[in-house]
Amino acid sequence: MALTKEQIAEKTEELKKFIAENKNMPGPLMPIMQFAQEKFGYLSLETQILIADSLGIPVTEVYGVATFYAQFSLNPKGDNVISVCQGTACYVKGGAKVLAKVEEQLGITSNQTTPDGKFTIQDTRCLGCCGLAPVMTINEDVYGKLTPEMIPDILAKY
Amino acid sequence: MTIEELKRIKEQTLPQINMRHTHTVENETKYKHQVLVCGGTGCTSSGSGKLIDEFKAQVSAHGIEDEVQMVRTGCFGLCELGPIVIVYPEGVFYAQCKTENVKRIVEEHIIGGKVIDDLVYHEKTTGEVKEKLSDMQFYKKQSRIALRNCGVVDPEKIEDYIAFDGYQALAKCLFEYTPEQVIDIMLASGLRGRGGAGFPTGLKWKFACGNRGKVKKYVCCNGDEGDPGAFMDRSVLEGDPHSVIEAMAIAAYVIGADQGYIYVRAEYPIAVKRLSIAINQAREAGLLGNNIFGTDFSFNLEIRLGAGAFVCGEETALMTSIEGNRGEPRPRPPFPAVKGVFGKPTILNNVETYANIPQIILKGADWFAGMGTEKSKGTKVFALGGKIVNTGLVEVPMGTTVREIIFDIGGGIPGGKRFKAAQTGGPSGGCIPEANLDTPVDYDSLMAIGSMMGSGGLIVMDEDNCMVDIAKFFLEFTVDESCGKCTPCREGTRRMLEILTKITDGKGEDGDIEKLEELANTIKTTSLCGLGQTAPNPVLSTLRYFRDEYEAHVYEKRCPAGCCKHLAKITIDPEKCKGCSLCSRKCPVGAISGEIRKPFVIDQSKCIKCGACLESCKFGAISKK
Repeated sequence: MALTKEQIAEKTEELKKFIAENKNMPGPLMPIMQFAQEKFGYLSLETQILIADSLGIPVTEVYGVATFYAQFSLNPKGDNVISVCQGTACYVKGGAKVLAKVEEQLGITSNQTTPDGKFTIQDTRCLGCCGLAPVMTINEDVYGKLTPEMIPDILAKY
Repeated sequence: MTIEELKRIKEQTLPQINMRHTHTVENETKYKHQVLVCGGTGCTSSGSGKLIDEFKAQVSAHGIEDEVQMVRTGCFGLCELGPIVIVYPEGVFYAQCKTENVKRIVEEHIIGGKVIDDLVYHEKTTGEVKEKLSDMQFYKKQSRIALRNCGVVDPEKIEDYIAFDGYQALAKCLFEYTPEQVIDIMLASGLRGRGGAGFPTGLKWKFACGNRGKVKKYVCCNGDEGDPGAFMDRSVLEGDPHSVIEAMAIAAYVIGADQGYIYVRAEYPIAVKRLSIAINQAREAGLLGNNIFGTDFSFNLEIRLGAGAFVCGEETALMTSIEGNRGEPRPRPPFPAVKGVFGKPTILNNVETYANIPQIILKGADWFAGMGTEKSKGTKVFALGGKIVNTGLVEVPMGTTVREIIFDIGGGIPGGKRFKAAQTGGPSGGCIPEANLDTPVDYDSLMAIGSMMGSGGLIVMDEDNCMVDIAKFFLEFTVDESCGKCTPCREGTRRMLEILTKITDGKGEDGDIEKLEELANTIKTTSLCGLGQTAPNPVLSTLRYFRDEYEAHVYEKRCPAGCCKHLAKITIDPEKCKGCSLCSRKCPVGAISGEIRKPFVIDQSKCIKCGACLESCKFGAISKK
């Protein structure tokens, strides 16, 4: 999802306000980064520098935290984010085959975005709805009890 | 809030909702019917939100809004059959309820007073109609302490929690017990940490209670349920968040802390939302904040979100993460009781552990210690998943056998397949083979057979699952999640994964199995934290019970379960093949050829073992070995 210049400026102001309100709490870095990730969808170098400067810490520290946790992304994601669960319950019920089919259909592998920016496949360990295994989510929509054959029709909806 | 006010809320609310336990409508009850719809993650995923909307629409279409109360609860447990609806006062259990069934339930059951036989729950194994939850096999052997309010209360209403004695344990501690007495109760109850390691909770508290009032201290809750396939803590947070808040306040009173943190996975949005609501309600009611119940005890609570790192379930890593840093573990000692969050004495307990505590205070240590085995008291919640009929959440007394959990409660293996193993403890745990199915579930018995209690994920595998492949699956997980701080875990697990990949690719050599064992033992003894120390367990335990499968892969280049793609050989049985040509049309690489109405054959040099033909054959003529 590409942001316009105005949107970026607006979101940057929101981030600055959030930082000002929270910089004095104990351990402020992660909550601030989570806020930024939610606002922008990813953490650009500019965002990381802004956070580091506001907190008076080196950018390497922000980058270190950003690359440590799976939730933070350094690149923008596609319009539709697909998460195919690879938790244990889904795995024993064929989650790997479902993922392979999604990858085959889109021509990308996990943690990549299609060249047209329409889909991103994301690594997911457990979505916590093991009763529906194997499961995948596309944005907020949950698809359960999947077989590889169901994938093309589901993807066609987006 | 005073104790009198707490009592008043209870007296006002209880008659309104008590039919969920008593199945009777009392005189003061405002609503004559209550419809409880599961709002846990599983049922929400299968559309329970739409059901509630439809119920509301139907109820108002019939003008009975004043008689029927709609309640969105936490998890009922039987996730396999979601979305689930329970209609009170009868307590009738409607499984896999669809929006088009709602009209019938409202008209025939609620207005007409007749239970709808074709919609009500049927035992999956016998097909018997079971109207009520208490009659169902799935619930019969369970006893619910940590989950007592899940699926009973509305988690977004503090009044519901208070009606069922909520916050009375906290009041009792503040007014009747000294901190030392509370520790004695915890010790006598025998409660051990439900996160997996099983450390006595009372002892943990005792270590942290020195210098009370003189130094800053913290109370933390570990809700970073990273074990894939485990969702106990999520269900407690979604279904009964106040029980965790109350227990944390009790812990804070005992050690003299005034600040707490609940660390929850960001992947659990519903749990985070309900927990935030609950914390705000408790704060507004004066059950969190300054001078609770008018005493000099003050306690504040904040949520900290995880960001997708499994290692943060390890206590020292979790604390580093709360401080806002990369969640790397640090060596112990010093233990958190001495030096925890922000370098201050801290106690950290798991969600399920906390959920037990208010009940122990109210009902007494003896009551709790009366359940379970000699060294493992109380109950344990398990998340059943994988190849099992009743996927879901169960709470059983310690000492229940694995067989009872899987076959009596879980309904056994679907599709007439044969049980192979159950895996507990996730990436840190091990497997339980058929020969050990009668092992009682407690910390020490599971440890003795090379598995572990773990946080409570229990994944069942059948004859189609390859144990080498499963071990590889877990190793992939730990390689991914190793934080990289210490060498044995960072490098060692990667080397183990390479060997396992070699074996499942059909390139295993003599000596590989021994090399795996040597690496496993070294990583176990030399890693810094629990993640590395337990990472080799899935390999060691599958080697212990299924060494023959490893040997078949290495020496015979064969996967007995027919699961490892590179070792599989797909063949057509000429006796059964009718020559319909469906398989050859499905084959993506044109490896199948033949004449119509004569047996077809597979060209093994072209076959990519995708299995498309296998799934297409209507005569069962194609097999994979």
